[in-house]
Amino acid sequence: MTATLSHNTPEQALIVSHIDLGLQRRYRSERRFRAYGIAALTFGILCLVLLFSSIISRGYTAFEQTRITLKVDFDPAIVAPDGNRSAEAIMGGDAFRFDDLFSATVQKSLEISPDDEDGLYDALDLFSKGSSPMLRQMLAQDPALIGTTKDVEFYATGDVDSFVKGSIRADIPESQRNIKDKHIVLITKLKDSGALHLAFNTGLFTFGASTRPEVAGVGVAAIGSLYMMLVVLSLSLPLGVAGSIYLEEFAPKNRWTDLIEVNINNLAAVPSIVYGMLGLAVFINFAHLPRSASLVGGLVLTLTTLPTVIISTRAALKAVPPSIRDAGLGIGASKMQTVFHHVLPLAVPGILTGTIIGLAHALGETAPLLMIGMKAFVVDYPATPLDPATSLPTQIYMWATEPERAFIERTSAAIMVLLAFLLAMNSCAVLLRRMFERRW
Amino acid sequence: MSSSPAPFQTIRTPDASPRPTKIHADGVKVIYGTKQALHGVSIDIGEKSVTAFIGPSGCGKSTFLRCINRMNDTIVGARVEGKITLDGEDIYNTDLDVVELRARVGMVFQKPNPFPKSIFDNVAYGPRIHGLAKSKADLEEIVVTSLQKASLYNEVKDRLQEPGTGLSGGQQQRLCIARAIAVSPEVILMDEPCSALDPIATAKVEELIDELRTNYTIVIVTHSMQQAARVSQRTAFFHLGHLVEEGPTDHIFTNPLEQRTQDYITGRFG
Amino acid sequence: MEHTVSAYEDELKQLARRVTEIGGLAERAVADSVQALTRIDVELARKVVAGDAQIDALQHITEDLAILTIAKRQPMAVDLREIVGAMRIAGDLERVGDLAKNIAKRVAAISGSFPNKQLVTGVEHLAEIALLQLKTVLDAYGSRDDKAAHLVRQRDDEIDALYTSLFRELLTYMMEDPRNISFCIHLLFCAKNIERIGDHATNIAETVHYMVTGNVYADERPKADQSIAATQTQPN
Repeated sequence: MTATLSHNTPEQALIVSHIDLGLQRRYRSERRFRAYGIAALTFGILCLVLLFSSIISRGYTAFEQTRITLKVDFDPAIVAPDGNRSAEAIMGGDAFRFDDLFSATVQKSLEISPDDEDGLYDALDLFSKGSSPMLRQMLAQDPALIGTTKDVEFYATGDVDSFVKGSIRADIPESQRNIKDKHIVLITKLKDSGALHLAFNTGLFTFGASTRPEVAGVGVAAIGSLYMMLVVLSLSLPLGVAGSIYLEEFAPKNRWTDLIEVNINNLAAVPSIVYGMLGLAVFINFAHLPRSASLVGGLVLTLTTLPTVIISTRAALKAVPPSIRDAGLGIGASKMQTVFHHVLPLAVPGILTGTIIGLAHALGETAPLLMIGMKAFVVDYPATPLDPATSLPTQIYMWATEPERAFIERTSAAIMVLLAFLLAMNSCAVLLRRMFERRW
Repeated sequence: MSSSPAPFQTIRTPDASPRPTKIHADGVKVIYGTKQALHGVSIDIGEKSVTAFIGPSGCGKSTFLRCINRMNDTIVGARVEGKITLDGEDIYNTDLDVVELRARVGMVFQKPNPFPKSIFDNVAYGPRIHGLAKSKADLEEIVVTSLQKASLYNEVKDRLQEPGTGLSGGQQQRLCIARAIAVSPEVILMDEPCSALDPIATAKVEELIDELRTNYTIVIVTHSMQQAARVSQRTAFFHLGHLVEEGPTDHIFTNPLEQRTQDYITGRFG
Repeated sequence: MEHTVSAYEDELKQLARRVTEIGGLAERAVADSVQALTRIDVELARKVVAGDAQIDALQHITEDLAILTIAKRQPMAVDLREIVGAMRIAGDLERVGDLAKNIAKRVAAISGSFPNKQLVTGVEHLAEIALLQLKTVLDAYGSRDDKAAHLVRQRDDEIDALYTSLFRELLTYMMEDPRNISFCIHLLFCAKNIERIGDHATNIAETVHYMVTGNVYADERPKADQSIAATQTQPN
C-alpha cells in the first residue's frame, strides 16, 4: 500500500519498479556471492580446526611422561666388585651388575620378597629396559655416587605410560591388554606411595630413535632438519637470487630464456620424489656422498626449493616499478648499479618471504628424503651434515608405522613440533616483510 | 623495409636568430620488433633553449626523446636507425659510453620517481656513482646547489634526511629535477614532467624550466599545448611517427603551416 | 574538421553570428545617415543616433563572449585568430556606427542651411563606394574570403581619391563665399567620416586576411588621400 502511495502516477510507478527489480537482482547476486565466500572460508577453517584438534587431542599427552622415582643404593659390592671406581671400569666389564643393582633397587622399593622371582619380574616389566644402562651412565659421569643412596627417576614403559594416561583401559579383558592385573596392582601401589608420577617429557625433544617409545624423541630428526635447512638456505638463496636477477634484469628476452623460464615453472611442478631419485642417482651413486646424510638431503631439497625461490624472486623483481629503473639509468647508473642499489633493496621483502616459504616447504618435504635413505634408525646426534640423520617428517613417517599406543601419541606430538617450526618460519617471513617493506 | 612510403617532408620554420645546434638528429627511425614507431625524424635542437615535442598519444614523441639519451636501449626488441649527434658527436657510436651519455643528458620522467631514500641521498646518488665529489663537504655543496637550482632547497632544507617519497608530488618532481641537475648534465630531457601534478605544482615546475633554460638545453614532451606554448622556444609536432612541423613556438601556436598541426593544437583531433 | 568539443564549435559560430549582426546594423546606420543627409531627413537622422546604442551594446556582448571563450577554451592558432579577429572587427564596426551617428547628428545642424545639391551628390557618391566596401568586406568575413578582403583593401585608394577631390571642391566653395563655410565644414566632416568608414572597412579586410592566413600585410596600405598635400600645394 505504501509503495503505491509514494508514486504519483502509474508511469512513475512503472519506471521506479523497473529500477527496483534490477537493483534487487544485483544485490541478491552479490549477497549470494558473499555467502559462497563465507561458506568456503568456514569450510576451510572447520577442516583446519578439525585437523588441529585431532592432532592436539591425540598428541598433547606425549608431552608428559610417566616416571617412577626409586631410592637407589649404589652398593659398591654390586657395581664395583673389584674396587675400581673409575669411569672406565664402570663402562667396562660385566653389564649384568647394573641389572642386579636395578633389580635390588626395585625389590627393595616395592618390598618384594627375595624368593618371589615372578613378582620381581612383573615389577621390572613396569620399567623401561633402558633403566639399568641409565644407572651405568649416571655412575660413569659421577663415580662419587658409589656407596651413596639417591632418589633416581626411572622411565616407565610405554605401556605403563599409556595405562596411566588412560589410553589402555582396565575394563577390557585382561587377555587383550599388555598391562595385566598384577601390573595394575603394582602401579596402584607405586602411585599411592607417590613414586609414580607424570613429568614433562624433555626426552621427546632430545632423544634419538629408539624402539622403546619412552626413550624415543625427535632430537636427531630436528638436528638433521636444521642441517638440511642450513644447506638449503646457503645454496638456494644465492643461486636462486643470482639466477633470477640475471633472468629478470640482464638476460636478453629470446627463445632460450623463454625456454628456461618455462622449464623453471615446470620444475616447480615436478613431483618431489623425482628429485629424490635424482639425488639418489647423482649425489649418492655418482658422487658417492654418504647415504642418510643431511648434506645430501639438503642438496635434494635445494633442487626442490630452487624453482620456488626463483619464481618468487622474479615476481618480487617484477613488482618493483620500472620507474625506479628508469630513474637509476636516467642519471647514468650502470645496469648493475641500478639493480643492486635500487631494484634489489625494494625486492628484498618479497625475496625473503619467498625464500622462507620455500624453506618451510622443504622442511615438510618427505618423499625425496625417503629415497635417499633419511629414514635410518639413528640414535646418536649427527655431529656434521655428513653424518647419518633423519628429518622431522621422516621421523613422523617412521613413528606412524609403529604399533604401540605410545608411538601414536608421539607421532602426533612430532607433527605438532613440525607445525610449530613451520609457524615460526612463516612468522619470520611476515616479520621480515614488515621490516624491509618500503613504500615508493 | 626498403619500399618506404612517399618521402615525408617536415615543414620547418627557422628561428629569426637561430641558436647554435646542440643536438642534431638525422633520419631517426625506431622499430619495436615489427612495429615502426618513428619514420625518419630529422631535427636540430638549439642549445640553452626549451624545445617542446607535442602530438597525440603514440605519435612517437616520447620514443624520440628516449633516443636522445639512449633509454630505448633498455627496451627489448627496440632498434634505432639514423644518426643523432650531441655537440657533433654520434651518440650511437659504439665508442661512446652510454653511461657517460646519460650523465651528460639527464632525464626527468612522467611520474615523479624519487628513490626510496632520503632527500639528500636522492640528489647525492648521481654525484656519488660518477665520483663528482671529492669530499663530504663537496657532496653536500653539490646537493645544496642542485636543490637550490631546482627551487626546492628552501622547502626541504630542514628535512634533508627524510625520505624523498614523503614529499608532495610537485616537490618530488622538483627533487627528480634536482637529482638530474646534480650530475651537471648539458641536456635535460623531460617526459611529460607535469602530467601527474596539480596546477600549482605544474606552475612551479614550469617556472623552474624557464629558469633552467639559461644553463641547460631542455627538451620537453608534453600533452598540454598551453604548457608547450608557455615554456618552450621551439615546438615540434609529431604525428604517427613523423615529425610533421617544427618551428618557433609563437609561430606554431598562432599560425601553423600544416593542416594537421592546426587541427591538433586547436583540438580537432588527438 | 569540427572541434572535438562541440560546445566550443557552437561558441565560435555564435561569435561570428554576433559580428555579422553588428555588421548589418552598422551598414544600415551608414546607409540611413547618408540618406538622412542627402534628403535632410531629421527624423531618420534621429533614428540613426538612437540606434547607435544598440550597436554599442551588441559590441559589448560580442567582446564578453570572445573573452569568455578565450578563458574557457584557451584557443590556439586559427581559433585564436578567429576570436581575436571577431573582437577587432566588432570594434571597427562599433566605430563605423559612431561615425554614422556623427553624420546623422550633423543633419540637424545643416538642415537650416542652403543645401548645394551638387556637393551633396559628391558626398553621396563617396558614401556609396564606402558602403559597397563595407558590404563586400562583411561578405568576405562571412565567407572567410581572403581574396575578396584583399580587393577591398586595394580599393580603398578610390575612396581616398574621391575624398581628396571633394575636399578641394569644398575648399574652393568656401573661399568663394564665406557664408557657405558652416555648411561646407559640416559636409567636409561628413565626407571625412565616410572616408574613415572606408578605412575601417580596410581594417576589417586586414583582419580577415589575418584570420584566414595568420599573416599581416607587410606592405603599407595604398594611400590616395591627398587632402594634406592639397592644402600645401594650394596656391594663395
